[in-house]
Amino acid sequence: MTATDIRPSSDTLLTTKAPVKRSYGQYIRWLLLFLGGIAMVMPIAWMISTSLKWPHEVYNLKLIPDEPTIENYTYVLEDGRFYGWFMNSIIIAVITTVSNILFDSLVGYTLCKFKFPGRYIIFIAILSTLMIPTEMLVIPWYIMSQNFGWLDTYWGIMFPGLMTAFGTFLMKQFFETVPDDFLEAARIDGLNELQIWWSVAMPLVKPALAALAIFVFLGNWTAFIWPLIVTNSPEMYTVPVGLSGFGDEADVAWELIMTGAAISTIPTLIVFIVFQRFIIRGVVMAGLKG
Amino acid sequence: MSSLTLSDLRKSYGKTEVLKGIDLEIASGEFIVFVGPSGCGKSTTLRLIAGLEDVSVGEINIGGRVVNNLEPRDRDIAMVFQNYAIYPHMTVKKNIAFGLRTSKLSKPEKEARIREVVQILDMEDLLDRRPNQLSGGQRQRVAIGRAMVRNPAVFLFDEPLSNLDAQLRTQMRLEIKKLHQRIQNTVVFVTHDQVEAMTMADRIVIMKDGHIQQVGTPEELYRNPVNIFVAQFIGAPSMNMLSASVRDGRVMLGDMALPISAANLAEGMPLKAGLRPDDLMLNPADPLLEGHVTLREPLGPETLLYVETTLGEVILRAPGKNPPEVGEVVKMGALAENIHLFDALTGEVVK
Repeated sequence: MTATDIRPSSDTLLTTKAPVKRSYGQYIRWLLLFLGGIAMVMPIAWMISTSLKWPHEVYNLKLIPDEPTIENYTYVLEDGRFYGWFMNSIIIAVITTVSNILFDSLVGYTLCKFKFPGRYIIFIAILSTLMIPTEMLVIPWYIMSQNFGWLDTYWGIMFPGLMTAFGTFLMKQFFETVPDDFLEAARIDGLNELQIWWSVAMPLVKPALAALAIFVFLGNWTAFIWPLIVTNSPEMYTVPVGLSGFGDEADVAWELIMTGAAISTIPTLIVFIVFQRFIIRGVVMAGLKG
Repeated sequence: MSSLTLSDLRKSYGKTEVLKGIDLEIASGEFIVFVGPSGCGKSTTLRLIAGLEDVSVGEINIGGRVVNNLEPRDRDIAMVFQNYAIYPHMTVKKNIAFGLRTSKLSKPEKEARIREVVQILDMEDLLDRRPNQLSGGQRQRVAIGRAMVRNPAVFLFDEPLSNLDAQLRTQMRLEIKKLHQRIQNTVVFVTHDQVEAMTMADRIVIMKDGHIQQVGTPEELYRNPVNIFVAQFIGAPSMNMLSASVRDGRVMLGDMALPISAANLAEGMPLKAGLRPDDLMLNPADPLLEGHVTLREPLGPETLLYVETTLGEVILRAPGKNPPEVGEVVKMGALAENIHLFDALTGEVVK
């Protein structure tokens, strides 16, 4: 029996009591939420709508195309370039996500659970990098990549994002919630520090890891400026960079860009659906532990 | 099974010394309980024995081996924590097996060991459950199982019962004691609850402010406390303390002379007379104190009486049947052998 069983459901509350008087404030709140919902959904609806239009219909501002077609999808999928970009994006996003999960949590764990001189300064130093905007870092990154010969390589695209200050901060904060007793118990049970981190601490912060994975994957999947700058050859493009170049100089092929964008939302949806389960389960588990 | 010796054990955090020289010898197979108010250093002592903290000064010897510089895993100890510290992401079986992860036993030997522990603790039905599907008592049993499976020389318990409700605490207390009788390992048990200490210990170590106050069997501590702190810490309700003094070569409690020799005591010396609630007798032949009952606490077999006297409030354990009414004036006395005398300035026992 769960606690909710003993409470009346919202249905019984609504039917057994006198009709609830709703204030104007509540209607206004709903209206704002409704408008917010529209604003969120519109771009996605528009993207899908445009991807189903013929080129001549693109500037016709109807949500439902007059003559819907899947021609754009066949074109994009048969065009070899898109497949290559898609694979580039997958490789980069997956490697970066794995790297962030490993190293952000390792550093966050160390800063959280070990007392050593200078750890506060290191933490502040890591945090302070959050205040430097990407636009400012792009030029030094570029010069560095050029000197090391990383231009136009996967490594060149990935290296700035393999670890993030945000991820380190997030993981440090979550490790604060892991009681030291667990770690000490493991220490007495004979594990070394790396084993304790991996087999005791990490499983306990799964929800945080899932959140971090979603953030990092989405961030790298949609990254535009840096991949655009560091890559030269079309074979090294990621999806956003490649899509922006669809069409020719005179005319932007919006219907193709939107088709590519629609296809490229699929992996992000999968990542979200898979990891979201962990987040919800994490919350439920935390509740049960009491 | 191993003996455990602490020699001049000290621990400082920065300039604050929390343990100020602990000397103690624990025999093999002994059940030792450390008890004291919070901040007295009992948990720190345990953590030093476990190797979770570094020793500042002194020596820890387990089974004839100085372990100061050994990692916790090399000390042949196991520990049960206050909040159990069983891993929420593992089943009961995995939790228990976790204690054997680094052991050199073969797989069938490990399996046999786990089976044995599970049987002793009666957990056969729980093996595939996760900690969040267990009650508090079951979780504590899993934690004990994880410690037992390694068959350590010394078991360390850090307030393992304080998160359980009163009834379960009493039950687990018995179970741990029975378990000790069965497996006979050396046990060091830390608690702030004097009832736990009294009921479980072979010997109790009472600590305060980083010092050991007294070491002894529960009976010794109850009958012969060495100072006011021990006298009041052990026993519930705690010992009544009344001001007394030496006048004309006699120990005076108010206007009454106590039936105690004042030899060796200086004239005018301020004293505290300690009287346990259960040593006070109602309306005896030669009363020492008189007062009126202000409150009654019926407990069934007995009733606690709060009596206001000219020397202060006194608690007395009266029979459960027909105790004096509130407001009634009662006379109280005690046998000479049951009166404890302490130096009021140092708190040390003088008789």
